Amino acid sequence: MYGMLKRVIFFTLLAGLWQLLFWLGMWPEYVLPSPVSVGKTLARGFHDQSLLIGVAISMKRIAIGYGISLGVGIFAGLLIGRFRIFEDTLGSLISGLQTLPTICWLPLSLLWFGLNDKAIIFLVFMGAVLSIATGTDSGVKNVPPLYIRAAKTMGAKKWKLYLEVIIPAALPHIIIGMKQGWSFAWRSLMAGELLIVCLGLGHLLMLGRELNDMSQVIAVMLVIILIGILVDRLFFIKVERHIRERWGLIKS
Amino acid sequence: MSEGVGVDNLIELNYVEVDGGQRASKAHSVKPDLRVQHVSKSFQSKNGTVYVLEDINLEINQGEFVCLVGPSGCGKSTLMNIVAGLEQADSGDVWANGRRIQGAGPDRVVIFQEAALFPWLNVIKNVEFGLKLQGISSRERRNIALEYLKMVHLTKFQNSHIHELSGGMKQRVAIARALAMNPEMLLMDEPFSALDAQTRWILHYELQNIWMKTKKTILFVTHNIREAVCLADRIFILSTSPGRIKKEFAIDLPRPRDDNDVNVAEYSTRIMQELKAEIDKVVRCEMDADSCVECDIKCTSVEPVKTDIGGGI
Repeated sequence: MYGMLKRVIFFTLLAGLWQLLFWLGMWPEYVLPSPVSVGKTLARGFHDQSLLIGVAISMKRIAIGYGISLGVGIFAGLLIGRFRIFEDTLGSLISGLQTLPTICWLPLSLLWFGLNDKAIIFLVFMGAVLSIATGTDSGVKNVPPLYIRAAKTMGAKKWKLYLEVIIPAALPHIIIGMKQGWSFAWRSLMAGELLIVCLGLGHLLMLGRELNDMSQVIAVMLVIILIGILVDRLFFIKVERHIRERWGLIKS
Repeated sequence: MSEGVGVDNLIELNYVEVDGGQRASKAHSVKPDLRVQHVSKSFQSKNGTVYVLEDINLEINQGEFVCLVGPSGCGKSTLMNIVAGLEQADSGDVWANGRRIQGAGPDRVVIFQEAALFPWLNVIKNVEFGLKLQGISSRERRNIALEYLKMVHLTKFQNSHIHELSGGMKQRVAIARALAMNPEMLLMDEPFSALDAQTRWILHYELQNIWMKTKKTILFVTHNIREAVCLADRIFILSTSPGRIKKEFAIDLPRPRDDNDVNVAEYSTRIMQELKAEIDKVVRCEMDADSCVECDIKCTSVEPVKTDIGGGI
């Protein structure tokens, strides 16, 4: 509660400083809009639903792209973590690809899928899948062999061994990979939407730039930050906390 | 002992009649539940081949409680792993309940030194784990799990997280988890060696009670002779490098036994004398030699002599 209060005071002061800079009139309004006008733009965006539609479209893209990358990434990570042949081949491909910023896939993506949703979803997928695969890989490699031996003597075999023991035991690492994958996916989504004109939050931001409406640009930026924080708070932090409690890594 | 066991390295079988000797004779009329035949195992190390087990032969009858005792590094855990199906022998066969074993299976559940409970599941779900693998309905497996949690007196903790339990409680949950699967036999690999003396004392009682109630065949590995005497019907002493069965003892004392009982202590002393030579071997190996090959040669060729550990350091 006390921490929350500190945060509220800090951000109020920040907004105050911003308003002060605006009042000083050092820059024209089309360069630095006031917090009030940004607030108005936000309200208008929610009222005429343009922002909401943008959010919905972006969320749909990331949900699809991230969903696919979850499936593919965890599967690939399991293969790499358990089988030497995949570690030597697929594993080295993935660590190589990780050095490549996702947006570099844009030209190929456009060529393969055209100027549409699929191209952006592909970017989202490429953004997330590598982190999820490496997270799963390290999770699988860190499963204590004792768990696997114990499960085997209780009759766990093949896919049941994976489903009931290896994946749950690797979960703390998988979650870390998922979290990193999410932030890469979110960045790739925005990059894609800025460059490909097809609605979404990134497109709204670009529209603001084209109309020289900086308050819209900042408003969209705020929404992007807000969604990022919400996903982190509502999902990842909760899941991580839950796992840490279960495993006894923190005192609950 | 039934015939067919290679007894060339079985030096002596002592039956000490303390309490009528009924149990021992009864146990021998039952068919063997586990038969280990000519099992050998070696590893390649930097210093050459290490013979961990050499021509191990033993039979364990149904419902019998058998302890394997030996100094550290004598291969008793390796033998346990081979029986469990977690490791493969270089040669020889293991038969469990009339079938030649191939890999691990729920008829031979292992209880390890560390409880190996799964931290992502709470206590009761850990106990249910094996049953879930067998596809038993959630209601039925809950009932079975509760029954065995009750046997180890931990129903109060059924919803606890694993990290909230003490070491002794964890081992009791592990025992409940193994028993819930109704295995042919329990394989226990130094399950109490990481516990403090008081907890171990309690668990010796508890394990004996459980064994008398369930009549499971138990193969129990330990380096603690007192523990072995307290628990076992029969004790196999393993020698070290290479691991061989050196001697077999039948313990015929009334149950439940207490670690501190005079008879238990007396048996322990006698067995300790047998084991002394083996321990000396280990001591000399670990203290004198700078390479293991050399020590292997020394150990096997030279007759063990008394070493004054205190003065030698």
